[in-house]
Amino acid sequence: MTDFPRPPPRYSATFTPAVNAEIRRAAATGIYDIRGGGTKRHLPHFDDLLFLGASISRYPLEGYREKCATDVWLGTRFAKKPIHLEIPITIAGMSFGALSGPAKEALGRGASAAGTSTTTGDGGMTEEERGHSKTLVYQYLPSRYGMNPDDLRRADAIEIVVGQGAKPGGGGMLLGQKISDRVANMRNLPKGIDQRSACRHPDWTGPDDLEIKIMELREITDWEKPIYVKIGGARPYYDTALAVKAGADVVVLDGMQGGTAATQDVFIEHVGMPILACIPQAVKALQDLGMHRKVQLIVSGGIRSGADVAKAMALGADAVAIGTAALIALGDNDPKWEEEYQKLGTTADAYDDWHEGRDPAGITTQDPELSARFDPVLGGRRLKNYLKVMTLEAQTIARACGKNHLHNLEPEDLCSLTIEAAAMAGVPLAGTNWIPGRNGGF
Amino acid sequence: MEIYDLAADGLRGLNASLHALKGTTNQTAWQVKNPKGAHAIAAGIDAPIDVTVLGSTGYYCAGMNKQATVRIKGSAGPGVAENMMSGTVIIDGDASQYAGATGRGGLLVIKGNASSRCGISMKGIEIVVHGNIGHMSAFMAQSGSLVVLGDAGEALGDSLYEARLFVRGSVKSLGADCIEKEMRPEHIALLADLLKRGEADHLARPEEFRRYGSARKLYTFNIDNAAAY
Ligand SMILES: Cc1cc2nc3c(=O)[nH]c(=O)nc-3n(C[C@H](O)[C@H](O)[C@H](O)COP(=O)(O)O)c2cc1C
Repeated sequence: MTDFPRPPPRYSATFTPAVNAEIRRAAATGIYDIRGGGTKRHLPHFDDLLFLGASISRYPLEGYREKCATDVWLGTRFAKKPIHLEIPITIAGMSFGALSGPAKEALGRGASAAGTSTTTGDGGMTEEERGHSKTLVYQYLPSRYGMNPDDLRRADAIEIVVGQGAKPGGGGMLLGQKISDRVANMRNLPKGIDQRSACRHPDWTGPDDLEIKIMELREITDWEKPIYVKIGGARPYYDTALAVKAGADVVVLDGMQGGTAATQDVFIEHVGMPILACIPQAVKALQDLGMHRKVQLIVSGGIRSGADVAKAMALGADAVAIGTAALIALGDNDPKWEEEYQKLGTTADAYDDWHEGRDPAGITTQDPELSARFDPVLGGRRLKNYLKVMTLEAQTIARACGKNHLHNLEPEDLCSLTIEAAAMAGVPLAGTNWIPGRNGGF
Repeated sequence: MEIYDLAADGLRGLNASLHALKGTTNQTAWQVKNPKGAHAIAAGIDAPIDVTVLGSTGYYCAGMNKQATVRIKGSAGPGVAENMMSGTVIIDGDASQYAGATGRGGLLVIKGNASSRCGISMKGIEIVVHGNIGHMSAFMAQSGSLVVLGDAGEALGDSLYEARLFVRGSVKSLGADCIEKEMRPEHIALLADLLKRGEADHLARPEEFRRYGSARKLYTFNIDNAAAY
């Protein structure tokens, strides 16, 4: 045998081991992969943007000394009782069913202590959350599980869910393992079935109907509550414009990175646009209608830090929402449960089978033993700390840019590290004045 | 008897007055004149009152009703009695799409025909239709009863959960997972009661109906049923 240098085995860039493993999984089980969480692939994101900071032409504010306000008003357009939050970081809608009762309580505790709101989710309003959330947004979803006029009236705002970033155009699912007696009862369904929630609202289609639906909800609640419309990042320019036309007080825009409790992996990874690409289009729609800052814009999808908050706001958002990051702050995916993650065939920070209801951290489960592991008081404190840190981080950046309110951050404070992000976010590539596509239309 | 002229005094005033009656009231009978197809008439009532609308209504009349009896002396637009919790809504004429959608309780009586998606996602409401119903009715219906004296359109009861469907006439087609089921004595009794309360006992007898319900085959995902999803 001749001796020659053998190149190492070469993996295909197309048929990677991960791709092949998924083909084998599909062939063995005959069902698509369902999981929780958001997109796992790399996407253009806030990390691709940088703040410029102050210079000779712009002077900074003194950290800790000079004020940088963080409050936000939501629902000032039509609602008699708009919402005032101390910080512009809200907790996104996550269903009871997906999350345990104590986890919902912890979200309420943490958010209230930090001066912000939480949001219900598919499955209705729980006492745990209403009891502990000073400001609670009540979701109005296609499934209408648990929907009733009393909860509408004891909510502080109503969020009509049209879409979600993880699955624009998709409905919900909650697999049998998580349909406990209580969940089944709240949803009026048999226990233990695989439950699908509809992807469209049962009693309206299109923007003209939506306008009448919003009017009905306002009538039922005597025009008191702010009405949000939540859209997935699909066609943000038109969807924002149509939501405004239909009479929304607030538009909630969720990019494709947005988490979910349970969705097909193919949906999470292949449908929708990154939040970075969505925000400028939504802001442009609001500006074109003369409604920027009059109809508030809340954005979400992969927000992790005060830097992300500041960047989203510099692009024109009035506030942000967090889902996944809040769960991690509560203790989800914590390496302290590594041994148990291993038993589930996964590892801390990669665990995403939230739909199976076996969460070692006791957060995305209905199993009484597992959820008893989770301490809602401690969880609430951790969430409050995290929200405070994000706020401080955003203020630090805003002061460095010379802003005395987070809302004063602007696209001119930003540059981009990549051409893609420059084109999507509409800010110049670092070191140039080039915004690709700026004169070429969207 | 309170008489409210909707054309003259506006929707907000009507609903605000009706909502103010929450709890106890002496003003138990209301008449709404000149509805002219306005939307959200008498939506969100929570009081044991009787409201008669003298004409046809637009979208979502009596939406989320609790306790009240609302009578429509005309036809009703889309989503009449949507998400009703309790009480009674009676329509003399026809009802447009999504009548009784997601309703959780109470009784909806439609003396004419109902359009498509009647009883969609119903969650406990009882619906009695004297005429026919359109396609995709009782889609994903979770619980409650739908009684149809006439015929049903295509895809009745698609992806049905535990709601009970009774149709006297023909059914153009059944939706996925919806099958005909045996009429047992308890169903006859249930139907007799519904016909009576639905002001239809002089029009039909329980024995003339067929019962439809869920085959429960789609309750747990199975790839061999993929074509049905
Ligand atoms: C566990 C979980 C449950 C969710 N449930 C809902 C829901 O019921 N309704 C909804 O509109 N969005 C739901 N979402 C999406 C969030 O509201 C939000 O759009 C998303 O989490 C934001 O992205 P992020 O997770 O990257 O912060 C859920 C997300 C998670 C992680």
